[in-house]
Amino acid sequence: MKTSVSAEVVVLLAGLLFALGIVGVIIRKNIVFMLLSVEIMLNASGLAFVAAGSRWGQPDGQVMFVFILAMAAAEVSIGLALILQIYHQHKSLDIDNLKEMNG
Amino acid sequence: MLMDKYLWLIPALPLGGFFILALIGKNMSRTWVATVGAGSICLSALVTFVVGGAFLSGMPENTVYTQTLWTWFEVGEFSAKITLSLDVLSLVFVFVITFIGALIHIYSTAFMEADRDYARFFASMNLFVFSMLVLVLADNLLLMYLGWEGVGLCSYLLIGFWYEQPTNGNAARKAFTVTRIGDAAMAIGLFMVFQQAGTLVVSDIGANASVIWQPNSATVTITALLLLAGGLGKSAQLPLQTWLPDAMAGPSPVSALIHAATMVTAGVYLVARMHTIFALSETARLVVAIIGAATLLLAGLTALTQYDIKRVLAYSTISQIGYMFLALGVGAWTAAVFHFMIHAFFKALLFLAAGAIIESLHHEHNMFKMGGLKDKMPVVFWTFLAGAISLAAVPLISAGFYSKDQILWYSWSADGGSPVLWAVALAGALITATYTTRMMILTFWGESHTHIGHLPGKRMTVPLVVLAVFSVFAGFIELPHNFGHFTLFSDFLHPVLPETAMQENIPSEWLFQLLAALATLGGIFLGYYYYYQQPARIASLRQNGLLVRLYRFWFSGWAFDALYDRMLVRPFVFIARINKSDITDKLYTGISGMTGEMYKLLSRTQSGSLRWYIMGLVVGAILILGIQIML
Amino acid sequence: MMLVLLITVLMAGAVVAVLAGEWNRNFPRWIALVACVIGLLLVITLWAGTGHSVADSQWLMDYRKEWIPSFGITFHLAVDGLSLLLLALTFFLGVLAVLCSWDEIRERTGFYYFNLLWILAGVAGVFMAMDLFLFYFFWEVMLIPMYFLIGIWGSENRVYAAYKFFIFTQASGLLMFLAILGLYFIHGRDTGTYTFGYFELVNTVIPFKTAFWLMSGFMIAFAVKLPVFPFHTWLPDAHGEAPTAGSLILAGLLLKTGAYGMLRFVVPLFPEAVKEMAVPAMVLGVVGVIYGAVMAYSQTDLKRLVAFTSVSHMGFVITGIFALNELALQGVVMQLVTHALSTGALFLMAGMIKERLHTRDIEQMGGLWSPMPRMGSVGLVFAMASLGLPGLGNFVAEFLILLGVFQAQAWITVAAASGLIFSAVYSLRIVGKIFLGPRKTMETVPDFSPREMLIMAALTVSVVWLGLFPQPVIDTAKPAITELVRFMDVQNTASHDQSYVK
Repeated sequence: MKTSVSAEVVVLLAGLLFALGIVGVIIRKNIVFMLLSVEIMLNASGLAFVAAGSRWGQPDGQVMFVFILAMAAAEVSIGLALILQIYHQHKSLDIDNLKEMNG
Repeated sequence: MLMDKYLWLIPALPLGGFFILALIGKNMSRTWVATVGAGSICLSALVTFVVGGAFLSGMPENTVYTQTLWTWFEVGEFSAKITLSLDVLSLVFVFVITFIGALIHIYSTAFMEADRDYARFFASMNLFVFSMLVLVLADNLLLMYLGWEGVGLCSYLLIGFWYEQPTNGNAARKAFTVTRIGDAAMAIGLFMVFQQAGTLVVSDIGANASVIWQPNSATVTITALLLLAGGLGKSAQLPLQTWLPDAMAGPSPVSALIHAATMVTAGVYLVARMHTIFALSETARLVVAIIGAATLLLAGLTALTQYDIKRVLAYSTISQIGYMFLALGVGAWTAAVFHFMIHAFFKALLFLAAGAIIESLHHEHNMFKMGGLKDKMPVVFWTFLAGAISLAAVPLISAGFYSKDQILWYSWSADGGSPVLWAVALAGALITATYTTRMMILTFWGESHTHIGHLPGKRMTVPLVVLAVFSVFAGFIELPHNFGHFTLFSDFLHPVLPETAMQENIPSEWLFQLLAALATLGGIFLGYYYYYQQPARIASLRQNGLLVRLYRFWFSGWAFDALYDRMLVRPFVFIARINKSDITDKLYTGISGMTGEMYKLLSRTQSGSLRWYIMGLVVGAILILGIQIML
Repeated sequence: MMLVLLITVLMAGAVVAVLAGEWNRNFPRWIALVACVIGLLLVITLWAGTGHSVADSQWLMDYRKEWIPSFGITFHLAVDGLSLLLLALTFFLGVLAVLCSWDEIRERTGFYYFNLLWILAGVAGVFMAMDLFLFYFFWEVMLIPMYFLIGIWGSENRVYAAYKFFIFTQASGLLMFLAILGLYFIHGRDTGTYTFGYFELVNTVIPFKTAFWLMSGFMIAFAVKLPVFPFHTWLPDAHGEAPTAGSLILAGLLLKTGAYGMLRFVVPLFPEAVKEMAVPAMVLGVVGVIYGAVMAYSQTDLKRLVAFTSVSHMGFVITGIFALNELALQGVVMQLVTHALSTGALFLMAGMIKERLHTRDIEQMGGLWSPMPRMGSVGLVFAMASLGLPGLGNFVAEFLILLGVFQAQAWITVAAASGLIFSAVYSLRIVGKIFLGPRKTMETVPDFSPREMLIMAALTVSVVWLGLFPQPVIDTAKPAITELVRFMDVQNTASHDQSYVK
């Protein structure tokens, strides 16, 4: 069961996912979806790390992926907590309604 | 006996008087104020007589009393000492200042009796006499400048003596500012003198002048003209004459002392004192003569039109000083100083007498509202008459004739003289006689228009009488060459001032005297005819539109005030006013304003929209990556 | 040691004052007065002790201690005649500043006198520091308390004025600090010893272009302080809004630090650049003379008016400094002293009038001679001093400056002499608007109180004394000035390897 996928394709996929994530962050108005998009970006970069690790035969790529996983978990938990707070205070998850820190 | 160690007393006494009156004058009784105020000047006059007598008796010629009090300041090669020096020229001035000054102070003790600021008046007057004495006794130009500015200050204080009237304050300010223009030029003149001569000591400059300067070189001409500018300001000559008529806002004794007898002749003193420089520049002397001639004519014609008695006298003063400048310009140094002395006597007298009249008529200055005072104020009338004949230069019997005749004669025949200058001076003589007669007739003849208050007392009339005697008889110390050839005064001055160089082939002096006498008599007749015999003629002259406009033009002092107002004062005030909030500050408020604008611009990007932020982030990242790939 | 004492007595007094202010609000003024008087006495003994017998060296006293040796920073104080004169002025005006605040300041007196004394300490330090780092340190020390003085005890628009003052002086001070650092590194690179010591740096050989930029750094700081046109615009605001003592110290001392800096640092450090810049600098000075005078004429706020007269008078100072000859430089020293007295007196008078009439607008004054003849006479004396009447100190100063400038550049004197006319115009306007004319208000105004009389009499006597007997001042400053002139002359003929000191 050994199908070899070239590293370039995987990195391309990672770049695609990352771009999708960015577009998601920019165009979505709901904070939950924005957070989701950020997760996609994180995972895209994790994928790039894994691909790079397998390409060079180094363990560092997988180490970094584990690190990213841990960080993403932490980030999601804090992010969701903040979102909950925002929803409590503003009764809205629309990012455009939350423009308070301008100027 | 050598009296030079007492020289310092002459200016010190008035200074002491000033300090006493300024510090504790408020708490002194009027008698004490008068005693200190007038007493200090009388004592100073007494010291002058004693020191002057010692100076004159038994001294070899060319002696100068000098007394160094202390070194004022000394920097590098520059040194200025507080040194007094008395020679014959300064003796004449010191005599006039202290003697006439003492008489005027005595007169003032009565004249100012009712004024609430009695002490301030005498303090200022004493300070003035002190400054004036320093001016004429100074042995170097810097000390002279101290006196020069000091008299300007006192003139300011005394013109604005009744300060609650805004016009008086403005007149005082005008006097100070206009003379200051001349003073600034004179200061530059001092710098030039120092740069070229390396000293400001008058006698050193005089001794080495011909070594220091090339005759008729541009430098000596410029130096002389800069010094002259100072003299023009103080002596109210063209083009700086406009302040003197307004200066009549001061009390009459002030006009008599400062604006007739002493301070306004400081310019004459300066030119005479620095004659060694002026002698080296023909151009400068020509300028002096032309300015003198132009001023005497212009001021004389203006005096014809005035109705305020003090303004007539003021313009007449300008005109008479014009004669002195004319004499200086043609090189008749002694004649100028002679006319200065005689003029001091009769003009002080005229101002004091006018002051007595004005006082008695409840501060009425308008001659047309006087009249008929001949019998009501006999003492004033006779003394005024004595002054008037001297001013008009009535032949033979007045002192003014001898001094003015001498100037007329020299203005043609002296080295720098010319027929044109003489003709102007002669016309001036005619005009002088006319306005003097007009003034006499309007004031003393005809019907009286104003009720007369109290008559002047002894303290006022005695100085008048003394001055009247001098106005009539003082001329006999210097008689023309063709009769008597009695030259006491000019001989007296010759140690300091050189003989007047004469032209060759000049017409007989008799002819000039005859013409001068005719001019005077003609002027008197004109005044008599139009103002006494045929007053209706004046009214018919008023019908002529051209004459009326000329009259108005003369009356305004040849529109100099309006000219200066348009040319200098208004632009200055305009510029000052529009720039009140300081245009250079705009530079800095501009910088701070720009910072503010930038802040507003940039803060617009901080919209709070998270999605824009991310957009910016991404675009930035792409840009950086792109640039990196491209390079 | 005495030099350190001069500064510590002020700083210690300041600390004691702020502590004592917690107890009783009348204590601080007594403490401040005592501190200033002690300082004044110390300076006088110093002056008397050295006498005029200082022929061999221009330096009268020296104190040196390592401070931060790793950077070559020393705590180095020294005085010559110039410093001594300005120190005497500092403490004299310090006493007057305390006296004039006596009743005016009623709130937070402890902190007020703390600031006052701290400014004086900074000024005294500036006049003595012979280490450029130390100099900059004192330069900043006098800045911040002044900011508080204006910002807390000033009048209506005080915060704006305080900010403006702070930003102008701070920004320009930073430029100076950059220049000091530049000098430090150039000297260190060339000689291998990194030091901020004045006596070492003064012999640094600097390429002309670099010297020009370093000089500009110093010059801008000093020109803002002096102030030179067009850097003067902070002055009217600061003067106008500061409390009386603040204006007195600003005009009397802070402006002088700018002139002192030029004489002490700019000219000896960058002789060639200074010569190159002499004419433009003199022209700026003359522009300042005339511009300040015209601006003074247009003002209606008395304190702003006097502030602009300072601009005009300080124009003479910079013109004189760049004439670079003994006459003009002695004139500059005289001008520093006499201007401090005469302008200080005018500010004090403005403060006294404000206490009585509650306005600084001269249009609302008028006719004040009759109720206050004493103030009128004194005001007249100082108006005359500011227009340069002979017999008063300012005349000697302006005469010497103009005479010296005439030898250097005659046409500049001609332009500057017009300042004599304009100064008469604005001075007489002061007298006319305040004291002459009819009364505008009928409220009773009391004449000088004994305390005010004491202050004004001290100033009047000083200014008259300086006008008639200026020689002691000239003699005191003479060694420093002749040394400076000699150095510049040597620079004229020979190359750099001549040393300025010793």
